[in-house]
Amino acid sequence: MEVIGMDEIYKSLAEIVDEEYVSNRKEELYIYSQDPGMMEPHEPDYVVMPKTTEEVQKIVKLANKEKIPIVPVGGSMSLSGLVIPHRGGIALDLKRMDRVLEVNEKSRHVVVEAGMTQGKLKAYLERRHPDLRHSIPDAPPSATIVGNIVIHGQGRLTQQYGFNSDMVTGLEIVLPTGEVCKIGTCSVSPYWFALAPLPDLAGLFLGWFGTTGVITKLGLKLYPNKKIRDAEVFVVEDPNLVPDIIYRLTHTEMTEDIVLGAQPYPPIFKDIIMIMILITGDSEEEIEFKRRMIWDALRTYIDSKEGGFSMLTPDMKQNLLKMPSDDTTKLADVLKGGGFEYAGPIIPVEKYPETYKKLLELTSKYGITFGHAGRVIGRSHCMMFSFAYPFNRADPDNIERTKKALHETNVASLDIGGVPWKPEVPSQKMIMERMDKNTLELMKRVKKLLDPNGIMNPGNWEAK
Amino acid sequence: MPELKLKFNEKLCATCPTYDCLVRCQYMNIDKDTAKAEMQKMIHNEDSFVLHQCATCYACEEYCKRGNHPFYLITDLQEKRGIFPIPKPLVKQWVNACIPGRRDIQQFWGAKEPVISLCVFPEYVDSIQGKLFEDVSIIMGRYVCCQPGYVHFGNPSIIRERLPRMIENIAKHNFKEVIFFHDECYSAFTSYAPAYGIEVPFKPIHFFDYLYNKLKEHEGEIKLLNIKVAYQRPCTSRLTPKKEHFVDDILSLIGVKRIERKYDRENCLCCAGTIRGQQRYDLFVDVQKRNVEDMVNAGAEYCVFNCPACFNSLSEAVAKKGIKPIMMHDLCKLALGEKTAGWK
Amino acid sequence: MQAYAQQIHRCFRCGYCKFPSDFTDFNCPSYSRFRLETYSTGGRLWLIWAWLKKEIEWSEHFAEIVFSCATCRNCVEQCPMKFSDDIVDWIVAARSDMVEKGLVLPHIRDFLNNISKHGNPWGTARSKRDAWAEGIRRYKPGDEYFLYVGCVGSYEERGQRMARSFAELLDKAKVSFGILGAEEDCDGNEVYTLGEMGLFQELAKKNVQKFKELEVKKVVTLSPHAYNSMKNKYPKFGELQIVHYTQLLLEMIQQKKIKPSELKAKVTYHDPCFLGRYNGVYDTPREILKSIPGIKLTEMKRTRENSFCCGGGSGNFVTDLLGRSEESPSRIRAREAHEIGAEILVVACPSCMMMLDDAVKDEGLEGELAVKDISELVKESTK
Repeated sequence: MEVIGMDEIYKSLAEIVDEEYVSNRKEELYIYSQDPGMMEPHEPDYVVMPKTTEEVQKIVKLANKEKIPIVPVGGSMSLSGLVIPHRGGIALDLKRMDRVLEVNEKSRHVVVEAGMTQGKLKAYLERRHPDLRHSIPDAPPSATIVGNIVIHGQGRLTQQYGFNSDMVTGLEIVLPTGEVCKIGTCSVSPYWFALAPLPDLAGLFLGWFGTTGVITKLGLKLYPNKKIRDAEVFVVEDPNLVPDIIYRLTHTEMTEDIVLGAQPYPPIFKDIIMIMILITGDSEEEIEFKRRMIWDALRTYIDSKEGGFSMLTPDMKQNLLKMPSDDTTKLADVLKGGGFEYAGPIIPVEKYPETYKKLLELTSKYGITFGHAGRVIGRSHCMMFSFAYPFNRADPDNIERTKKALHETNVASLDIGGVPWKPEVPSQKMIMERMDKNTLELMKRVKKLLDPNGIMNPGNWEAK
Repeated sequence: MPELKLKFNEKLCATCPTYDCLVRCQYMNIDKDTAKAEMQKMIHNEDSFVLHQCATCYACEEYCKRGNHPFYLITDLQEKRGIFPIPKPLVKQWVNACIPGRRDIQQFWGAKEPVISLCVFPEYVDSIQGKLFEDVSIIMGRYVCCQPGYVHFGNPSIIRERLPRMIENIAKHNFKEVIFFHDECYSAFTSYAPAYGIEVPFKPIHFFDYLYNKLKEHEGEIKLLNIKVAYQRPCTSRLTPKKEHFVDDILSLIGVKRIERKYDRENCLCCAGTIRGQQRYDLFVDVQKRNVEDMVNAGAEYCVFNCPACFNSLSEAVAKKGIKPIMMHDLCKLALGEKTAGWK
Repeated sequence: MQAYAQQIHRCFRCGYCKFPSDFTDFNCPSYSRFRLETYSTGGRLWLIWAWLKKEIEWSEHFAEIVFSCATCRNCVEQCPMKFSDDIVDWIVAARSDMVEKGLVLPHIRDFLNNISKHGNPWGTARSKRDAWAEGIRRYKPGDEYFLYVGCVGSYEERGQRMARSFAELLDKAKVSFGILGAEEDCDGNEVYTLGEMGLFQELAKKNVQKFKELEVKKVVTLSPHAYNSMKNKYPKFGELQIVHYTQLLLEMIQQKKIKPSELKAKVTYHDPCFLGRYNGVYDTPREILKSIPGIKLTEMKRTRENSFCCGGGSGNFVTDLLGRSEESPSRIRAREAHEIGAEILVVACPSCMMMLDDAVKDEGLEGELAVKDISELVKESTK
């Protein structure tokens, strides 16, 4: 991209944030050209790290004026290449903006800046508000709250309360044209407690991957944090049983989270599906009551010997109760290769068996190993089914096969009736090809309205 | 390989005056007449409620003073009749669990006696440290895993299939004696193997036998612990009661009182891990509750474990009642002023 | 090609290395300072791999990134992967490749040259090494302890104060010891972590030779850096025992050779990386503090394995690659100590002493927060 006055841009950025937090050096451009997934890298022209909304606003105005692409960067943990500057421009690393602005205990919500990490918010609440928690995903602690929301992420409380993006109570946005906008009650009142009862403008920004504006502040629901947590793992061989098991479990309304898992290795996990059920309580009585309800819910499978609750050792339990879990992160070293990529389509629950079968087919076809996780969303309204493929960065052949498997996974997910979650650019295109024409047209109009110069994270959600 | 036959004598059973095997069962209420009738059914390969309700706790092996292996009879028949004490997916897991994987070491060349087998408990490697273990070699992994656990899973034929290979894997190192950390390993080679006519070309030494003798060597350095403990006797100890005295010998040497309580020695209660695996949650809660309450009422400060599986199953319940769970060898290390490494 | 080159691609850049175990705040000194992803451990490892693959060329900025790592081992502690133990070794190995090719920053080059020529990183004359040590005995064969003072203890004012106060305590306890004086050479710990392996081997050889000649049986070091290199990296020599001064000091207290009396103060203790994460010594200094009546010890948020490095490692106490900002690790640490109401920030390392004392001044906290070493506190309490 040829931009007139590159040095002037650098100087302007340095004036906005201080030279220490701007770079156009090769090393920064290299790192910010890619995320830990396997999408093709593309370097930005600048990396800049603002500290305040005002600085973000100035940067966005500059970018809009000079028609320079701008890509908001959080934890870079989507692995879908959503932070890759496909058309160069400015990589806007928001992680210096990581303050907690407010915790409202009685109305259970928190207001954070855009760069707040999952880990830091967890630690903050544990120390200062131990009765409150947020829905933490099983991503590394360096992933950001806003990044997770913007991709409709899920977390430990998703099974109870929906996608993490359903937990938003307010936003502060810098629009691509430079205005700072508030969304939700905070636009009318000093309090950030809800999006309703106003027209829901958050939908213009959630799930858009930063293509319609830069979120600078977020209001997020908090939930009761109970003193005791415990885990059960229900094991089955037959994937056809899973939808009914999930239905029965969610009917009890007793579970903190329901996460499925499967992997071919080590042998103890081969050819079985594990359904991890987490429960919380403030007393042993509460825990035992919930446990018995859960056991009773699955009695028919127990009696038929088709399923059973595992015997968990203390260290297994400790691992299951870890928040965030690092099991997903560790997938990256399965092939001693430093990477894994995953497709995690959102599917109707009854499609689980078909999707599971597809997983086994694809991994066999491409000769690759896998890790599978599934997370139930809400009271079994849908679920996230992940096909995770560890890959070896140092093995180009393995990367090629994995890419092909990933592509076919996305096609298969759509064919089954699911929708790829946090889709990378090729997958976004597939979604848009199948999308209702009027819906697509609406997306285009929204995008054009908010971002007339097309500067925001270009390449993403770009319909022809 | 010819099928291994259980050395079970029908006449011994038919002429038994007590039928203690079933009469004394801690999990079923059976009188002598019922016991006789049910044993006859099982001897003739017929169905019996015993096959469906057995907690697989091994006690009947001990209660049979005629050494006639009623427990192995029951578990063999469960398999023959397709009765799964534990749900099928869990059985599958544990059948697969002991298949040697990439990381299991096939041969331990360089290991020399005294050699300790850690079976499939690598998490204890760090705890095999200190004065008691200065010159030991360790072997471990699925190539030397003992197998008898499958009696809990309704497929004891796997034991007969795999045990001879395990023995071969160990024997190829030409060890004369092998010390077994896991009570079940020791019992596999001293009780199960002979019951099916499987030869064992090395001498199995129980871990407590080794510990006691090693402690004697360091007797001058022992600082008496002066604590009261409950001992959690593992199920497989019922197969090898002759080595039981080592528990009392060790505890006496290190100044530890084994409290007298209801559920100890021949009356010991299963850790209930298997009962939970059988999905009998109420019974699991009840058995653990009685066991732990018994420890509390008798004034135990620690609960000493022999078996890592018991430790995994019962330590949480024990700790919740303020009793410290500890493995026997860690207790011995405390008596020598060494810190316990714990396990990760 | 070194072994690290075959492994370094395994880093996933997940970012666990940025944090302590409870995620309270960023715990990687260079990432806290600069906040660009390139300065996190993951960024650094990816860049080294890119350099090995020739996707990027060496530059001064690249060198800054590679050499600004303080080798504090927080990443080793926190990385969830199986290769976590090797991370700092990979960085050191990459540095050694660069050093071999002459690809270092000017001030790193000077640091190493000064040690090579003058036995200390400042380039001050060797003859001045024992200028602080008037009245301190020189080691003779048969003395129980060889007190290894180190570069900071010998040349830097605050280090010298530490050396003096510990030497006085040894005298008080009637422990037989001696120092080498001007002939003492650098222990080489920073030389090693900076990747100058040739110089390190030379220093290690020289020092071990001196120990042999003097029939030294026990070495007590002032600095955890020296403790680490002598205990873990030097060639094994006979039954030579290496202890850190806090270990000997605790023994002296337990044997009642030193009897601390009341000293009222609210203190907090900063775990040095080379004593704590590298060598697992966390309790000893705390036991010393507990033995002083009147001392109230309050722990900072990040302690023990989670201690936040002062940023002085890898020669940064001289080269200052992490300095010049409110976000310098040492200033962050000083603020942390001040926030919990401590009057004294206690250290057990001369490099930490330098870094944190400067930080307290830069933060304008003089008069509110003092930085003292453990032996100074013990000495004060025995007056």
